Amino acid sequence: MDLRTIPISAWIGIISTSLFAFAAVFAPLIAPYGMADIVGGVWDPMSSDHWLGTDNLGRDLLSRMIYGARTTLTIAALATIVSFTLGAMLGMTAAVAGGWTDQALSRSVDLLMSIPTLIFALVVLSVLPASILTLILVMGILDATRVFRLARAVAVDVNVMDFVEAAKLRGEGRMWIITREILPNAMSTLIAELGLRFIFMVLFLSALSFLGLGIQPPEADWGGMVKENKDGIIFGIPAALIPAGAIAVLAISVNLIADWILNRATDLKGGRGGN
Amino acid sequence: MATETFLDIRDLKIGVTVREPGKPKRDITIVHGVSTTLEKGKVLGLIGESGAGKSTIGLSSLAYGRGGIEITGGEVYINGRDILTLNRAGLNGMRGHEVCYVSQSAAAGFNPAHRLIDQVIEATLEHGLATRPEAEARAKELFAALSLPDPENIGSRYPHQVSGGQLQRVMTAMALCPQPDLIVFDEPTTALDVTTQIDVLAAIKNAIRLTGVAALYITHDLAVVAQVADEIMVLRNGKKVEHGATKQIIEAPQEDYTRSLISVRSIQHEEQKATAEPIIRMENIVAGYSKNHIVLNDVSVDIYAGQTLAVVGESGSGKSTLARVLTGLLPPQSGQITFEGRPLTQSQDARPLDDLRDIQMIYQMADTAMNPRQSVGTIIGRPIEFYFGIKGKALKDKIAELLEKIELPAEMADRYPAELSGGQKQRVCIARALAAQPKVIICDEVTSALDPLVADGILKLLLDLQARENVAYFFITHDLATVKAIADSIAVMHLGKLARYGPKSEVLTPPFDDYTDLLLSSVPEMKLGWLENVISTRKIESAGN
Repeated sequence: MDLRTIPISAWIGIISTSLFAFAAVFAPLIAPYGMADIVGGVWDPMSSDHWLGTDNLGRDLLSRMIYGARTTLTIAALATIVSFTLGAMLGMTAAVAGGWTDQALSRSVDLLMSIPTLIFALVVLSVLPASILTLILVMGILDATRVFRLARAVAVDVNVMDFVEAAKLRGEGRMWIITREILPNAMSTLIAELGLRFIFMVLFLSALSFLGLGIQPPEADWGGMVKENKDGIIFGIPAALIPAGAIAVLAISVNLIADWILNRATDLKGGRGGN
Repeated sequence: MATETFLDIRDLKIGVTVREPGKPKRDITIVHGVSTTLEKGKVLGLIGESGAGKSTIGLSSLAYGRGGIEITGGEVYINGRDILTLNRAGLNGMRGHEVCYVSQSAAAGFNPAHRLIDQVIEATLEHGLATRPEAEARAKELFAALSLPDPENIGSRYPHQVSGGQLQRVMTAMALCPQPDLIVFDEPTTALDVTTQIDVLAAIKNAIRLTGVAALYITHDLAVVAQVADEIMVLRNGKKVEHGATKQIIEAPQEDYTRSLISVRSIQHEEQKATAEPIIRMENIVAGYSKNHIVLNDVSVDIYAGQTLAVVGESGSGKSTLARVLTGLLPPQSGQITFEGRPLTQSQDARPLDDLRDIQMIYQMADTAMNPRQSVGTIIGRPIEFYFGIKGKALKDKIAELLEKIELPAEMADRYPAELSGGQKQRVCIARALAAQPKVIICDEVTSALDPLVADGILKLLLDLQARENVAYFFITHDLATVKAIADSIAVMHLGKLARYGPKSEVLTPPFDDYTDLLLSSVPEMKLGWLENVISTRKIESAGN
């Protein structure tokens, strides 16, 4: 691949997403203070000691932002993986198997989708013990319904191609048809969707944390930090806006990359490059 | 009418900018300085293989380039004006008034939401050439001239309510309605059955004669263009090969390339006598997509080892359905399939692996028959690995051996389908079928998407392979020339039934039943005056009329 053909917007996305990822991976090394250490007064303004000021309990906001990136990105990524593996496998199985399997799977997904996701997640999370694993699973499964619909739609289109029929006539099993014939042809669409789903996961996690059912204090995560500092807005303290801004910037950056991949995928559809 | 040059193309150059993902853009020239002239009332046939630039040149007389194509040099004069210098308004005034266009697929060219008559007279009204009643009257005259049934009322129908052949003629009427000086016909009969093609050809020829319009007739079928054109220009790779009167091109071609186009379809195949036991016997097959929708009605055919059974018929005659029954994708409602003397499991899901291996299939569209994300090596190698468990180095050798059989270099194994030409793709599909070492290969219209010369190569290859590997072909086609070239026995299908079945020599010897006669006489022949001759001696009308 030629680096020069990557558009400028995609570069912006790649650079800023890498920065977030870097902060997440090396959080203990680059954070100036501990995540939960009280190092100053309540809502201290920005200074050379505290670049972004302090939060509602006097903790360093920059350090919490960096640790928050770690929690937010990790959980969102894991939940995306759960949602993709589950959604894509089931969606393609439904498309290839057809008939009753398809009906049963698709209708269960419809059923799950008919309940507003956030309310459903709130109910489930308030009943189940609050652990990171349950959080990831609940987010992953609820989001898998969206991936299921997309994967099924793409796979249905590919499934009617002659090369899939040729594989069936050869006597290939369902596993080969899904993983070797259909998946490679659905990959670019799915990868583009992966970016979008990841953003939704970040937003979903932030929303849950804001409502108090996501990451539990004193762990730092961006949604939770908005909640902790929201009262400061009344006094003109911008502490809540910083994590909110970070969520927005991350969402846009990943979106820019996803857009670029989607464009490339459509370019390749024609198969002959130029057309 | 005095001879008057009104279309004058001078040193036309056309190029396109290719933007491949991941590569810097580059310019490709597709037409290298072609010149020609056309007089009023004459028909010029543009002929060549795909990629020869014939459609591109045709569209340049509308000053139009499709899909990013740009006219980079030269002049196109129509009635003394260089239309390449016209602005948007000037072009709009010229298009649909002085020059009209008839496309290959009329079904895709009509808006399904409007009645035919409104679409036929639209350009005429748009240019203010006539009032609505005048235009409608003219359209009805044209419908009659194009021998459409019920010319008074056919215009009030919607596009889906008429057949493909009729729609193509309505489109011709649409082009003729504004009384243009020039019509560009872009492969108007290529998508039609042979029996329908002949009616459309006759209608187009008649209408051209009546209205005195000039025409550019673009096609890849020399036999077709010989019937309608006064002059023929042979094109190859965007260059003119030969240009002359139709009679001269057909009877005394000057260039080797033209000669090869004319001698195409000259493959001869000695018919073999049927052996005692057929390898596959299909008896009294009744099949369809529901109880009330029967597509095949009581069809019985035999396939003999190392021989070719050709199944011919128009679209909708049930020939592809018969292949689906044989593959087991569509189990028959009644009837029996015997394979090497024992009953064959009817449903594909339940069929033993060895039976699946013994019956392979080659598809019409090689583009969709190969996974675009697999390399040629994987496509050919998978059946070997799957059926025979051969892996690693031995598999590589087998793949190279197969590539040699289909006359492709061994390096091709690393290529992807998108990097192959149409003929190469079909060869790879043949190799994939051969890789299973089958006893029967079903060939579903394998040559109909290919250029005549390429198709010839594929047929020769199939015959060679049959002689060497002793494989039987179940060969589905609508092209009788192909059938004559390769078949040992022939099954003529008509409306889901067998119209005629037997050894080739018997089926192709008179007396014919009416349907076989129609089918046989509809195959265009490379000689002048063939069209008139056939039209005057036909016994029944084609189904598409």
